[in-house]
Amino acid sequence: MSHAHVIDPAEPAIEDVYNGKLAMWLFLCSEVMFFSGLLGAYIALRLNNPEIFEASQKQLHDHVGLAAFNTLLLISSSLTMALAVLHGQNKNTAKQRLMLLVTAVMGTLFLGLKFYEYSTHIRVGEVPSKDMFFAFYYTLTGLHGFHILCGVVPMVGLWYYAGKQDVSAETEMVGLYWHFVDLVWIFLFPMLYLI
Amino acid sequence: MSDVAHADHGHAEHPKVPYFLIAGALFVMTVITIAVSYVNLGKMGNVALALFVASIKASLVMLFFMHLKYERKTLIIISLVPYGLALILLLALFPDIVFG
Repeated sequence: MSHAHVIDPAEPAIEDVYNGKLAMWLFLCSEVMFFSGLLGAYIALRLNNPEIFEASQKQLHDHVGLAAFNTLLLISSSLTMALAVLHGQNKNTAKQRLMLLVTAVMGTLFLGLKFYEYSTHIRVGEVPSKDMFFAFYYTLTGLHGFHILCGVVPMVGLWYYAGKQDVSAETEMVGLYWHFVDLVWIFLFPMLYLI
Repeated sequence: MSDVAHADHGHAEHPKVPYFLIAGALFVMTVITIAVSYVNLGKMGNVALALFVASIKASLVMLFFMHLKYERKTLIIISLVPYGLALILLLALFPDIVFG
């Protein structure tokens, strides 16, 4: 750095909060409320109808292994996304693009496994209209899956444009979004499959 | 110029975030959550433990992957507001949960 830049230890900053980053955080705040409403409804209805929910939840027990693998996949993709952001900030474009691509592939694999899981349920008649549990199961995982798709698409775009121009700020914004999608799954996985 | 040298000179303000350590911790906690779900701690015990571990995992993701630990206080406050609102939402649902 050409001039001394004094950082107050109480306020460490990666860099200034630029508009896009603030906008992404505000959007994620609204996303927290979006999922809170759905999870709140899930909790309220489940506590009032424990028999229905617990009987149907048992049908997911065969898929815990697959869902656990998907969980580890999402955590790994969060790691590679964080590395993509880091390499982007360090102007290491080749590694940034590689990490973006790896993250997008893992996100796509997550979706593929999710659709496989859906197909095994649908084949035995476990469709959204079966009961309240499956209505919630498809709504929550479907909306989460849609969020995954909405992360993978810009990731591929960033992978393409990173070769042409500096997209480190955009990578950071998509990164924030991607970590949030991971965060939602951290709660969905135990709430739907385990408890 | 190596990556490390580049990082040290060009972006001295970037803190070293232990990404791999955090990912490892998230992996371990996922395995713990699954293993513990097969141990009967009473319905509420299992639920409380699973949500407690999930909260720790979510905090790690927000603090390190989303860099909240290294951000300005303003952004930290903004990011925490919806969790307060979500709590109010759950409390507002409480009568429905109790009286069905």
